[in-house]
Amino acid sequence: MDTASFIIQQLINALFLGSIFALIALGYTMVYGIIELINFAHGELFTAGAFIGIIVLAALQKTGFVESHFVITLILVFGMAMAYVAVLGVAIEHVAYKPLRRASRLAAILSALGMSIFLSNGMMLSQGVSDRAYPSILGIEGFSILDARITYGQVFIIVLSLLLMVALQMFVNWTKLGKAMRATAQNQTMARMLGIDIDKTIRVTFMIGPALGAAAGVMVGLYYGSVRFDMGFIYMIKAFAAAILGGIGSIPGAVLGGMIIGGVEVLWSAFLPSEWKDVTTFVVLILVLYLRPSGILGEHVSETRV
Amino acid sequence: MAELVLRNISKRFGGLLAVDNLDLDVSEGMILSLIGPNGAGKTTVFNMITGVYPPSHGTITYRGNKLNHLRSNRIIRNGIARTFQNIRLFKSMTVLENVQVGLHCRTKSGAFRALFRTPHQKQEEKEIIDRAMEILEFLGLVDYRNEYASYLPYGDQRRLEIARAVATQPHMLLLDEPAAGMNPRETAELMELIIKLRDTGLTIFLVEHDMRLVMGISEIVTVLDHGQKIAEGTPKQVQENERVIEAYLGTKSKERA
Repeated sequence: MDTASFIIQQLINALFLGSIFALIALGYTMVYGIIELINFAHGELFTAGAFIGIIVLAALQKTGFVESHFVITLILVFGMAMAYVAVLGVAIEHVAYKPLRRASRLAAILSALGMSIFLSNGMMLSQGVSDRAYPSILGIEGFSILDARITYGQVFIIVLSLLLMVALQMFVNWTKLGKAMRATAQNQTMARMLGIDIDKTIRVTFMIGPALGAAAGVMVGLYYGSVRFDMGFIYMIKAFAAAILGGIGSIPGAVLGGMIIGGVEVLWSAFLPSEWKDVTTFVVLILVLYLRPSGILGEHVSETRV
Repeated sequence: MAELVLRNISKRFGGLLAVDNLDLDVSEGMILSLIGPNGAGKTTVFNMITGVYPPSHGTITYRGNKLNHLRSNRIIRNGIARTFQNIRLFKSMTVLENVQVGLHCRTKSGAFRALFRTPHQKQEEKEIIDRAMEILEFLGLVDYRNEYASYLPYGDQRRLEIARAVATQPHMLLLDEPAAGMNPRETAELMELIIKLRDTGLTIFLVEHDMRLVMGISEIVTVLDHGQKIAEGTPKQVQENERVIEAYLGTKSKERA
Protein backbone atom coordinates (compact mmCIF):
# COMPACT_ATOMS: atom_id res chain seq x y z
CA MET A 1 0.00 0.00 0.00
CA ASP A 2 1.43 3.38 -0.97
CA THR A 3 1.61 6.36 1.33
CA ALA A 4 -1.42 8.20 -0.03
CA SER A 5 -3.67 5.19 0.36
CA PHE A 6 -2.33 4.64 3.84
CA ILE A 7 -3.15 8.20 4.80
CA ILE A 8 -6.67 7.97 3.40
CA GLN A 9 -7.27 4.70 5.21
CA GLN A 10 -6.09 6.09 8.52
CA LEU A 11 -8.09 9.27 8.00
CA ILE A 12 -11.28 7.26 7.63
CA ASN A 13 -10.41 5.22 10.72
CA ALA A 14 -9.76 8.40 12.67
CA LEU A 15 -12.98 10.00 11.49
CA PHE A 16 -14.93 6.92 12.51
CA LEU A 17 -13.41 6.58 15.95
CA GLY A 18 -13.51 10.33 16.49
CA SER A 19 -17.23 10.48 15.67
CA ILE A 20 -17.98 7.76 18.19
CA PHE A 21 -16.02 9.49 20.93
CA ALA A 22 -17.59 12.80 20.01
CA LEU A 23 -21.14 11.44 20.23
CA ILE A 24 -20.49 9.99 23.67
CA ALA A 25 -18.59 13.08 24.83
CA LEU A 26 -21.58 15.25 23.90
CA GLY A 27 -23.64 13.47 26.54
CA TYR A 28 -21.09 14.26 29.23
CA THR A 29 -20.65 17.82 28.24
CA MET A 30 -24.35 18.63 27.93
CA VAL A 31 -25.17 17.20 31.34
CA TYR A 32 -22.17 18.89 32.91
CA GLY A 33 -23.07 22.17 31.25
CA ILE A 34 -26.49 22.17 32.79
CA ILE A 35 -26.10 20.66 36.26
CA GLU A 36 -22.32 20.46 36.70
CA LEU A 37 -22.43 16.73 37.20
CA ILE A 38 -20.29 14.10 35.52
CA ASN A 39 -22.82 11.45 34.64
CA PHE A 40 -20.74 8.36 35.27
CA ALA A 41 -23.65 6.18 34.19
CA HIS A 42 -23.28 7.54 30.66
CA GLY A 43 -20.95 4.72 29.56
CA GLU A 44 -23.57 2.19 30.60
CA LEU A 45 -26.25 4.09 28.70
CA PHE A 46 -24.03 3.77 25.64
CA THR A 47 -23.82 0.00 26.20
CA ALA A 48 -27.56 -0.21 26.82
CA GLY A 49 -28.09 1.42 23.43
CA ALA A 50 -25.92 -1.24 21.81
CA PHE A 51 -27.93 -4.00 23.48
CA ILE A 52 -31.29 -2.54 22.48
CA GLY A 53 -29.92 -2.41 18.95
CA ILE A 54 -28.99 -6.08 19.05
CA ILE A 55 -32.37 -7.07 20.46
CA VAL A 56 -34.30 -5.14 17.82
CA LEU A 57 -32.04 -6.43 15.05
CA ALA A 58 -32.34 -10.05 16.15
CA ALA A 59 -36.13 -9.77 16.22
CA LEU A 60 -36.23 -8.20 12.78
CA GLN A 61 -33.82 -10.77 11.35
CA LYS A 62 -36.07 -13.66 12.37
CA THR A 63 -38.91 -12.28 10.30
CA GLY A 64 -36.74 -11.58 7.30
CA PHE A 65 -37.58 -7.90 7.57
CA VAL A 66 -33.92 -6.85 7.35
CA GLU A 67 -33.48 -8.10 3.79
CA SER A 68 -36.75 -6.68 2.51
CA HIS A 69 -36.67 -3.30 4.25
CA PHE A 70 -33.06 -2.42 4.91
CA VAL A 71 -33.47 1.33 5.38
CA ILE A 72 -36.47 0.96 7.67
CA THR A 73 -34.47 -1.57 9.67
CA LEU A 74 -31.72 0.94 10.26
CA ILE A 75 -34.21 3.62 11.26
CA LEU A 76 -35.92 1.19 13.65
CA VAL A 77 -32.69 -0.03 15.22
CA PHE A 78 -31.27 3.44 15.80
CA GLY A 79 -34.66 4.95 16.64
CA MET A 80 -35.61 2.38 19.22
CA ALA A 81 -32.18 2.27 20.85
CA MET A 82 -32.14 6.06 21.12
CA ALA A 83 -35.73 6.29 22.35
CA TYR A 84 -35.26 3.59 24.97
CA VAL A 85 -32.06 5.07 26.31
CA ALA A 86 -33.58 8.56 26.31
CA VAL A 87 -36.31 7.28 28.61
CA LEU A 88 -33.71 5.49 30.70
CA GLY A 89 -31.71 8.72 30.94
CA VAL A 90 -34.70 10.68 32.23
CA ALA A 91 -35.50 7.88 34.69
CA ILE A 92 -31.95 7.92 36.04
CA GLU A 93 -32.05 11.67 36.43
CA HIS A 94 -35.31 11.42 38.32
CA VAL A 95 -34.24 8.63 40.63
CA ALA A 96 -30.54 9.24 41.18
CA TYR A 97 -29.79 12.93 40.56
CA LYS A 98 -32.88 15.04 41.07
CA PRO A 99 -33.25 14.26 44.79
CA LEU A 100 -29.61 15.29 45.25
CA ARG A 101 -29.70 18.55 43.33
CA ARG A 102 -29.34 20.60 46.48
CA ALA A 103 -26.96 18.19 48.17
CA SER A 104 -23.18 18.38 47.93
CA ARG A 105 -21.47 17.75 44.63
CA LEU A 106 -19.84 14.64 46.07
CA ALA A 107 -23.20 13.04 46.89
CA ALA A 108 -24.34 13.37 43.29
CA ILE A 109 -21.08 11.95 41.97
CA LEU A 110 -21.37 8.94 44.27
CA SER A 111 -24.93 8.46 43.14
CA ALA A 112 -23.72 8.55 39.52
CA LEU A 113 -21.07 5.93 40.25
CA GLY A 114 -23.67 3.78 41.99
CA MET A 115 -25.99 4.11 39.01
CA SER A 116 -23.14 3.07 36.73
CA ILE A 117 -22.46 -0.10 38.76
CA PHE A 118 -26.16 -0.86 39.00
CA LEU A 119 -26.72 -0.59 35.25
CA SER A 120 -23.57 -2.51 34.42
CA ASN A 121 -24.60 -5.40 36.68
CA GLY A 122 -28.14 -5.25 35.39
CA MET A 123 -26.86 -5.73 31.86
CA MET A 124 -24.53 -8.51 32.95
CA LEU A 125 -27.46 -10.38 34.51
CA SER A 126 -29.84 -9.87 31.63
CA GLN A 127 -27.43 -10.12 28.67
CA GLY A 128 -24.74 -12.45 29.98
CA VAL A 129 -21.04 -12.01 30.67
CA SER A 130 -19.65 -13.05 27.30
CA ASP A 131 -19.36 -11.20 24.02
CA ARG A 132 -22.57 -11.08 22.03
CA ALA A 133 -22.23 -11.20 18.26
CA TYR A 134 -23.86 -8.29 16.46
CA PRO A 135 -25.68 -9.17 13.24
CA SER A 136 -23.41 -7.79 10.56
CA ILE A 137 -26.04 -6.13 8.44
CA LEU A 138 -23.77 -3.40 7.12
CA GLY A 139 -21.75 -5.98 5.19
CA ILE A 140 -18.29 -5.57 3.78
CA GLU A 141 -19.07 -4.10 0.40
CA GLY A 142 -17.43 -0.83 -0.30
CA PHE A 143 -15.21 1.02 -2.70
CA SER A 144 -11.57 1.86 -3.09
CA ILE A 145 -9.78 5.16 -3.24
CA LEU A 146 -6.34 4.31 -4.60
CA ASP A 147 -5.57 1.25 -2.50
CA ALA A 148 -7.53 2.38 0.51
CA ARG A 149 -10.58 0.24 1.19
CA ILE A 150 -13.66 2.02 2.51
CA THR A 151 -16.87 0.14 3.27
CA TYR A 152 -20.33 1.61 2.84
CA GLY A 153 -20.87 0.79 6.50
CA GLN A 154 -18.05 3.12 7.53
CA VAL A 155 -19.41 5.88 5.34
CA PHE A 156 -22.89 5.39 6.73
CA ILE A 157 -21.71 5.56 10.32
CA ILE A 158 -19.57 8.65 9.77
CA VAL A 159 -22.34 10.46 7.88
CA LEU A 160 -24.96 9.55 10.48
CA SER A 161 -22.84 10.78 13.37
CA LEU A 162 -22.08 14.04 11.60
CA LEU A 163 -25.81 14.48 10.87
CA LEU A 164 -26.63 13.92 14.54
CA MET A 165 -24.05 16.49 15.58
CA VAL A 166 -25.37 19.06 13.09
CA ALA A 167 -28.92 18.38 14.25
CA LEU A 168 -27.87 18.93 17.86
CA GLN A 169 -26.13 22.17 16.97
CA MET A 170 -29.24 23.39 15.15
CA PHE A 171 -31.45 22.37 18.03
CA VAL A 172 -29.34 24.14 20.61
CA ASN A 173 -28.90 27.31 18.60
CA TRP A 174 -32.22 27.80 16.92
CA THR A 175 -35.03 26.34 18.96
CA LYS A 176 -36.72 27.75 22.00
CA LEU A 177 -35.81 24.72 24.08
CA GLY A 178 -32.22 24.84 22.88
CA LYS A 179 -31.94 28.47 23.92
CA ALA A 180 -33.50 27.58 27.25
CA MET A 181 -30.80 24.92 27.68
CA ARG A 182 -28.01 27.37 26.94
CA ALA A 183 -29.55 29.96 29.23
CA THR A 184 -29.86 27.42 32.05
CA ALA A 185 -26.26 26.33 31.58
CA GLN A 186 -25.04 29.92 31.80
CA ASN A 187 -27.08 31.08 34.76
CA GLN A 188 -29.73 28.94 36.33
CA THR A 189 -31.25 31.53 38.67
CA MET A 190 -31.59 34.03 35.87
CA ALA A 191 -33.03 31.44 33.50
CA ARG A 192 -35.70 30.64 36.05
CA MET A 193 -36.32 34.35 36.49
CA LEU A 194 -37.18 34.52 32.80
CA GLY A 195 -39.84 31.87 33.12
CA ILE A 196 -37.77 28.89 32.03
CA ASP A 197 -38.83 25.60 33.61
CA ILE A 198 -35.45 24.31 34.82
CA ASP A 199 -36.70 20.81 35.62
CA LYS A 200 -38.03 20.39 32.12
CA THR A 201 -34.82 21.70 30.60
CA ILE A 202 -32.79 19.22 32.64
CA ARG A 203 -35.09 16.38 31.59
CA VAL A 204 -34.61 17.25 27.94
CA THR A 205 -30.84 17.29 28.42
CA PHE A 206 -31.05 13.84 29.96
CA MET A 207 -32.95 12.66 26.91
CA ILE A 208 -30.72 14.07 24.21
CA GLY A 209 -27.31 13.24 25.72
CA PRO A 210 -28.06 9.55 26.40
CA ALA A 211 -29.83 9.19 23.03
CA LEU A 212 -26.66 10.31 21.26
CA GLY A 213 -24.65 7.86 23.38
CA ALA A 214 -27.07 5.08 22.42
CA ALA A 215 -26.59 5.86 18.74
CA ALA A 216 -22.84 5.55 19.27
CA GLY A 217 -23.40 2.19 21.01
CA VAL A 218 -25.31 0.81 18.03
CA MET A 219 -22.61 2.11 15.69
CA VAL A 220 -19.86 0.39 17.67
CA GLY A 221 -21.87 -2.84 17.70
CA LEU A 222 -22.52 -2.73 13.96
CA TYR A 223 -18.93 -1.85 13.15
CA TYR A 224 -16.97 -4.16 15.45
CA GLY A 225 -19.54 -6.96 15.35
CA SER A 226 -19.80 -7.63 19.07
CA VAL A 227 -20.93 -6.07 22.33
CA ARG A 228 -20.35 -6.90 25.94
CA PHE A 229 -21.92 -5.63 29.16
CA ASP A 230 -18.74 -3.86 30.27
CA MET A 231 -17.65 -2.38 26.94
CA GLY A 232 -18.92 1.03 27.99
CA PHE A 233 -16.08 1.53 30.41
CA ILE A 234 -13.21 2.18 28.03
CA TYR A 235 -15.41 4.30 25.76
CA MET A 236 -16.61 6.23 28.76
CA ILE A 237 -13.05 6.96 29.88
CA LYS A 238 -12.00 8.14 26.44
CA ALA A 239 -15.12 10.16 25.74
CA PHE A 240 -14.80 11.73 29.16
CA ALA A 241 -11.22 12.65 28.30
CA ALA A 242 -12.50 14.05 25.00
CA ALA A 243 -15.09 16.20 26.76
CA ILE A 244 -12.48 17.55 29.19
CA LEU A 245 -9.98 18.07 26.40
CA GLY A 246 -12.45 20.10 24.33
CA GLY A 247 -13.57 22.06 27.39
CA ILE A 248 -16.33 20.47 29.42
CA GLY A 249 -19.65 22.21 28.96
CA SER A 250 -18.86 23.21 25.39
CA ILE A 251 -20.70 21.36 22.63
CA PRO A 252 -18.26 22.18 19.80
CA GLY A 253 -15.52 21.35 22.33
CA ALA A 254 -16.85 17.81 22.80
CA VAL A 255 -16.85 17.22 19.05
CA LEU A 256 -13.34 18.63 18.66
CA GLY A 257 -12.08 16.67 21.67
CA GLY A 258 -13.60 13.45 20.33
CA MET A 259 -11.99 13.95 16.94
CA ILE A 260 -8.60 14.68 18.49
CA ILE A 261 -8.70 11.62 20.76
CA GLY A 262 -9.83 9.46 17.85
CA GLY A 263 -7.14 10.86 15.61
CA VAL A 264 -4.34 10.43 18.11
CA GLU A 265 -5.35 6.88 18.87
CA VAL A 266 -5.44 5.91 15.20
CA LEU A 267 -2.13 7.63 14.56
CA TRP A 268 -0.53 5.75 17.41
CA SER A 269 -1.93 2.38 16.33
CA ALA A 270 -0.71 2.98 12.79
CA PHE A 271 2.92 3.28 13.74
CA LEU A 272 3.42 2.00 17.27
CA PRO A 273 2.40 -1.06 19.28
CA SER A 274 -1.36 -0.87 19.57
CA GLU A 275 -1.49 -2.40 23.06
CA TRP A 276 -0.31 0.99 24.22
CA LYS A 277 -2.90 3.00 22.36
CA ASP A 278 -5.07 3.60 25.42
CA VAL A 279 -2.21 5.43 27.06
CA THR A 280 -2.10 8.06 24.31
CA THR A 281 -5.51 9.43 25.21
CA PHE A 282 -4.35 10.31 28.65
CA VAL A 283 -0.98 11.65 27.59
CA VAL A 284 -2.79 14.09 25.30
CA LEU A 285 -5.25 14.94 28.03
CA ILE A 286 -2.52 15.65 30.56
CA LEU A 287 -0.61 17.80 28.10
CA VAL A 288 -3.61 19.91 27.16
CA LEU A 289 -4.74 20.36 30.74
CA TYR A 290 -1.24 21.40 31.67
CA LEU A 291 -1.18 24.07 28.97
CA ARG A 292 -4.85 25.05 29.06
CA PRO A 293 -6.67 23.89 32.20
CA SER A 294 -10.16 24.77 31.01
CA GLY A 295 -9.82 22.70 27.84
CA ILE A 296 -9.40 23.84 24.26
CA LEU A 297 -12.76 25.60 23.87
CA GLY A 298 -13.64 25.75 27.53
CA GLU A 299 -14.90 28.82 29.27
CA HIS A 300 -12.99 30.18 32.21
CA VAL A 301 -13.53 27.96 35.17
CA SER A 302 -13.72 30.96 37.43
CA GLU A 303 -16.91 32.27 35.86
CA THR A 304 -19.39 32.64 38.65
CA ARG A 305 -22.56 30.64 38.63
CA VAL A 306 -25.10 31.60 41.22
CA MET B 1 -56.28 46.83 46.33
CA ALA B 2 -52.71 47.47 45.38
CA GLU B 3 -51.10 45.42 42.63
CA LEU B 4 -48.51 43.91 44.94
CA VAL B 5 -49.24 43.48 48.63
CA LEU B 6 -46.74 42.33 51.27
CA ARG B 7 -48.17 41.57 54.70
CA ASN B 8 -46.13 40.82 57.83
CA ILE B 9 -43.22 39.62 55.76
CA SER B 10 -40.19 38.35 57.67
CA LYS B 11 -37.09 36.56 56.55
CA ARG B 12 -34.70 34.87 58.91
CA PHE B 13 -31.30 33.53 57.89
CA GLY B 14 -30.10 31.53 60.89
CA GLY B 15 -29.72 34.11 63.64
CA LEU B 16 -30.13 37.10 61.34
CA LEU B 17 -33.53 38.67 60.88
CA ALA B 18 -32.98 40.21 57.45
CA VAL B 19 -36.54 41.46 57.00
CA ASP B 20 -38.71 42.10 60.04
CA ASN B 21 -42.49 42.17 59.77
CA LEU B 22 -42.70 44.31 56.67
CA ASP B 23 -45.94 45.63 55.16
CA LEU B 24 -45.67 47.11 51.71
CA ASP B 25 -48.13 48.04 48.97
CA VAL B 26 -47.15 48.77 45.38
CA SER B 27 -49.97 50.33 43.38
CA GLU B 28 -50.44 49.90 39.68
CA GLY B 29 -48.62 52.26 37.36
CA MET B 30 -46.43 53.98 39.95
CA ILE B 31 -42.73 54.23 40.54
CA LEU B 32 -41.91 53.09 44.05
CA SER B 33 -38.40 53.01 45.47
CA LEU B 34 -37.13 50.93 48.33
CA ILE B 35 -34.06 52.49 49.91
CA GLY B 36 -31.97 51.96 53.00
CA PRO B 37 -28.39 51.55 54.19
CA ASN B 38 -26.36 48.54 53.10
CA GLY B 39 -27.69 45.34 54.61
CA ALA B 40 -31.11 46.81 55.30
CA GLY B 41 -32.80 43.88 53.56
CA LYS B 42 -33.78 45.48 50.25
CA THR B 43 -32.55 42.75 47.94
CA THR B 44 -33.97 40.14 50.33
CA VAL B 45 -37.40 41.67 49.72
CA PHE B 46 -36.89 41.34 45.96
CA ASN B 47 -35.69 37.77 46.34
CA MET B 48 -38.79 36.81 48.29
CA ILE B 49 -41.13 38.45 45.81
CA THR B 50 -39.47 36.67 42.88
CA GLY B 51 -39.25 33.28 44.53
CA VAL B 52 -35.50 32.99 44.99
CA TYR B 53 -36.46 31.89 48.51
CA PRO B 54 -39.76 31.94 50.37
CA PRO B 55 -40.46 34.34 53.25
CA SER B 56 -40.18 32.83 56.73
CA HIS B 57 -43.43 34.56 57.61
CA GLY B 58 -46.22 36.53 56.04
CA THR B 59 -47.93 36.63 52.68
CA ILE B 60 -47.10 38.08 49.30
CA THR B 61 -50.09 38.70 47.07
CA TYR B 62 -49.86 39.80 43.47
CA ARG B 63 -53.09 40.85 41.73
CA GLY B 64 -55.02 38.66 44.12
CA ASN B 65 -52.77 35.59 43.73
CA LYS B 66 -50.64 34.37 46.60
CA LEU B 67 -47.01 34.04 45.52
CA ASN B 68 -45.44 32.41 48.58
CA HIS B 69 -43.73 29.14 47.73
CA LEU B 70 -44.20 29.50 44.00
CA ARG B 71 -41.02 28.95 42.00
CA SER B 72 -39.55 31.87 40.10
CA ASN B 73 -40.63 30.61 36.70
CA ARG B 74 -44.27 30.53 37.84
CA ILE B 75 -44.07 33.96 39.45
CA ILE B 76 -42.67 35.46 36.27
CA ARG B 77 -45.68 34.12 34.35
CA ASN B 78 -47.90 36.07 36.73
CA GLY B 79 -46.37 39.25 35.37
CA ILE B 80 -43.42 40.20 37.55
CA ALA B 81 -39.94 40.59 36.03
CA ARG B 82 -36.71 41.64 37.65
CA THR B 83 -33.09 42.51 37.09
CA PHE B 84 -30.23 41.79 39.45
CA GLN B 85 -27.75 44.02 41.21
CA ASN B 86 -24.85 42.19 39.53
CA ILE B 87 -25.33 41.82 35.79
CA ARG B 88 -26.55 38.36 34.84
CA LEU B 89 -26.67 38.38 31.09
CA PHE B 90 -26.19 35.22 29.08
CA LYS B 91 -22.73 36.29 28.03
CA SER B 92 -22.13 33.83 25.23
CA MET B 93 -25.43 34.64 23.58
CA THR B 94 -26.06 37.55 21.28
CA VAL B 95 -28.07 40.57 22.36
CA LEU B 96 -31.00 39.38 20.25
CA GLU B 97 -30.85 35.87 21.73
CA ASN B 98 -30.85 37.25 25.26
CA VAL B 99 -34.12 39.04 24.53
CA GLN B 100 -35.53 36.01 22.71
CA VAL B 101 -35.03 33.86 25.80
CA GLY B 102 -37.11 36.34 27.75
CA LEU B 103 -39.87 36.27 25.13
CA HIS B 104 -40.07 32.51 25.06
CA CYS B 105 -41.87 32.31 28.36
CA ARG B 106 -44.90 33.82 26.64
CA THR B 107 -44.99 31.51 23.63
CA LYS B 108 -46.79 28.23 23.38
CA SER B 109 -44.85 25.84 21.16
CA GLY B 110 -43.87 22.81 23.19
CA ALA B 111 -40.76 20.68 23.13
CA PHE B 112 -41.87 18.32 20.43
CA ARG B 113 -43.34 20.83 18.09
CA ALA B 114 -40.05 22.68 18.31
CA LEU B 115 -38.18 19.63 17.04
CA PHE B 116 -40.33 19.39 13.93
CA ARG B 117 -40.41 22.87 12.56
CA THR B 118 -44.09 23.15 11.79
CA PRO B 119 -45.45 26.19 9.92
CA HIS B 120 -47.01 27.32 13.16
CA GLN B 121 -43.60 27.08 14.81
CA LYS B 122 -41.94 29.10 12.06
CA GLN B 123 -44.63 31.77 12.28
CA GLU B 124 -44.12 31.99 16.02
CA GLU B 125 -40.33 32.26 15.65
CA LYS B 126 -40.83 35.13 13.23
CA GLU B 127 -43.15 36.91 15.64
CA ILE B 128 -40.61 36.44 18.43
CA ILE B 129 -37.87 38.04 16.37
CA ASP B 130 -40.14 40.95 15.38
CA ARG B 131 -41.11 41.52 18.98
CA ALA B 132 -37.49 41.24 20.15
CA MET B 133 -36.49 43.86 17.58
CA GLU B 134 -39.24 46.18 18.83
CA ILE B 135 -37.97 45.87 22.38
CA LEU B 136 -34.36 46.45 21.31
CA GLU B 137 -35.53 49.48 19.32
CA PHE B 138 -37.34 50.84 22.36
CA LEU B 139 -34.22 50.51 24.48
CA GLY B 140 -31.87 51.79 21.80
CA LEU B 141 -29.96 48.54 21.47
CA VAL B 142 -31.02 47.52 18.01
CA ASP B 143 -27.63 48.21 16.43
CA TYR B 144 -25.99 45.74 18.81
CA ARG B 145 -28.42 42.90 18.11
CA ASN B 146 -25.81 40.48 16.73
CA GLU B 147 -23.05 41.29 19.22
CA TYR B 148 -22.29 38.95 22.08
CA ALA B 149 -23.72 40.35 25.27
CA SER B 150 -20.32 40.33 26.96
CA TYR B 151 -18.93 42.78 24.34
CA LEU B 152 -21.39 45.55 25.19
CA PRO B 153 -20.28 48.59 27.17
CA TYR B 154 -21.34 48.47 30.81
CA GLY B 155 -24.28 50.85 30.58
CA ASP B 156 -25.67 48.98 27.58
CA GLN B 157 -25.35 45.67 29.41
CA ARG B 158 -27.56 47.13 32.12
CA ARG B 159 -30.05 48.24 29.50
CA LEU B 160 -30.00 44.80 27.92
CA GLU B 161 -30.89 43.31 31.30
CA ILE B 162 -33.91 45.58 31.39
CA ALA B 163 -34.75 44.69 27.78
CA ARG B 164 -34.66 41.00 28.62
CA ALA B 165 -36.88 41.53 31.66
CA VAL B 166 -39.34 43.59 29.58
CA ALA B 167 -39.42 40.74 27.05
CA THR B 168 -41.23 38.52 29.55
CA GLN B 169 -44.12 41.01 29.17
CA PRO B 170 -44.48 41.92 32.82
CA HIS B 171 -46.94 44.25 34.51
CA MET B 172 -44.41 45.05 37.18
CA LEU B 173 -40.69 45.50 36.81
CA LEU B 174 -38.35 45.07 39.78
CA LEU B 175 -35.05 46.84 39.21
CA ASP B 176 -32.27 46.04 41.70
CA GLU B 177 -29.78 48.91 41.69
CA PRO B 178 -29.98 49.58 37.96
CA ALA B 179 -27.71 52.63 38.24
CA ALA B 180 -24.90 50.84 40.07
CA GLY B 181 -21.60 51.60 38.40
CA MET B 182 -23.10 54.03 35.91
CA ASN B 183 -21.63 57.42 35.16
CA PRO B 184 -23.84 60.53 35.58
CA ARG B 185 -24.74 60.66 31.90
CA GLU B 186 -25.76 56.99 31.85
CA THR B 187 -27.76 57.51 35.04
CA ALA B 188 -29.61 60.43 33.48
CA GLU B 189 -30.46 58.27 30.46
CA LEU B 190 -31.61 55.53 32.80
CA MET B 191 -33.97 57.93 34.57
CA GLU B 192 -35.55 58.84 31.25
CA LEU B 193 -35.82 55.18 30.34
CA ILE B 194 -37.54 54.24 33.59
CA ILE B 195 -40.08 57.02 33.14
CA LYS B 196 -40.61 55.91 29.54
CA LEU B 197 -41.21 52.35 30.70
CA ARG B 198 -43.67 53.51 33.34
CA ASP B 199 -45.53 55.48 30.68
CA THR B 200 -46.10 52.26 28.72
CA GLY B 201 -48.15 51.05 31.67
CA LEU B 202 -45.50 49.22 33.71
CA THR B 203 -45.36 49.46 37.46
CA ILE B 204 -41.78 50.12 38.55
CA PHE B 205 -40.42 48.86 41.87
CA LEU B 206 -36.89 50.08 42.41
CA VAL B 207 -34.07 49.34 44.83
CA GLU B 208 -31.43 51.99 44.39
CA HIS B 209 -28.62 53.80 46.17
CA ASP B 210 -28.33 56.73 43.77
CA MET B 211 -30.42 59.35 45.59
CA ARG B 212 -30.56 61.70 42.65
CA LEU B 213 -32.29 58.97 40.67
CA VAL B 214 -34.54 57.86 43.53
CA MET B 215 -35.67 61.34 44.49
CA GLY B 216 -35.94 62.40 40.86
CA ILE B 217 -38.41 59.82 39.65
CA SER B 218 -40.15 58.08 42.57
CA GLU B 219 -43.69 58.78 43.57
CA ILE B 220 -43.37 56.85 46.81
CA VAL B 221 -40.16 56.09 48.70
CA THR B 222 -40.04 53.38 51.36
CA VAL B 223 -37.07 53.30 53.73
CA LEU B 224 -35.81 50.10 55.31
CA ASP B 225 -33.32 49.87 58.14
CA HIS B 226 -32.32 46.60 59.78
CA GLY B 227 -35.18 44.89 58.00
CA GLN B 228 -37.85 47.24 59.31
CA LYS B 229 -39.78 49.93 57.53
CA ILE B 230 -38.84 53.21 59.18
CA ALA B 231 -40.47 55.66 56.80
CA GLU B 232 -42.66 55.94 53.75
CA GLY B 233 -43.89 58.86 51.71
CA THR B 234 -43.10 61.22 48.90
CA PRO B 235 -39.41 61.91 48.25
CA LYS B 236 -39.75 65.23 50.03
CA GLN B 237 -41.39 63.73 53.13
CA VAL B 238 -38.78 61.02 53.35
CA GLN B 239 -35.86 63.40 52.96
CA GLU B 240 -37.09 65.44 55.91
CA ASN B 241 -37.78 62.42 58.12
CA GLU B 242 -35.69 62.37 61.30
CA ARG B 243 -35.38 58.59 61.47
CA VAL B 244 -34.22 58.39 57.88
CA ILE B 245 -31.53 60.95 58.42
CA GLU B 246 -30.47 59.07 61.51
CA ALA B 247 -30.36 55.74 59.71
CA TYR B 248 -28.23 57.14 56.93
CA LEU B 249 -25.93 59.40 58.89
CA GLY B 250 -26.05 57.78 62.30
CA THR B 251 -26.44 59.67 65.55
CA LYS B 252 -23.33 60.91 67.27
CA SER B 253 -23.40 58.17 69.90
CA LYS B 254 -23.80 55.49 67.24
CA GLU B 255 -20.97 56.93 65.21
CA ARG B 256 -18.58 56.48 68.07
CA ALA B 257 -19.69 52.91 68.78
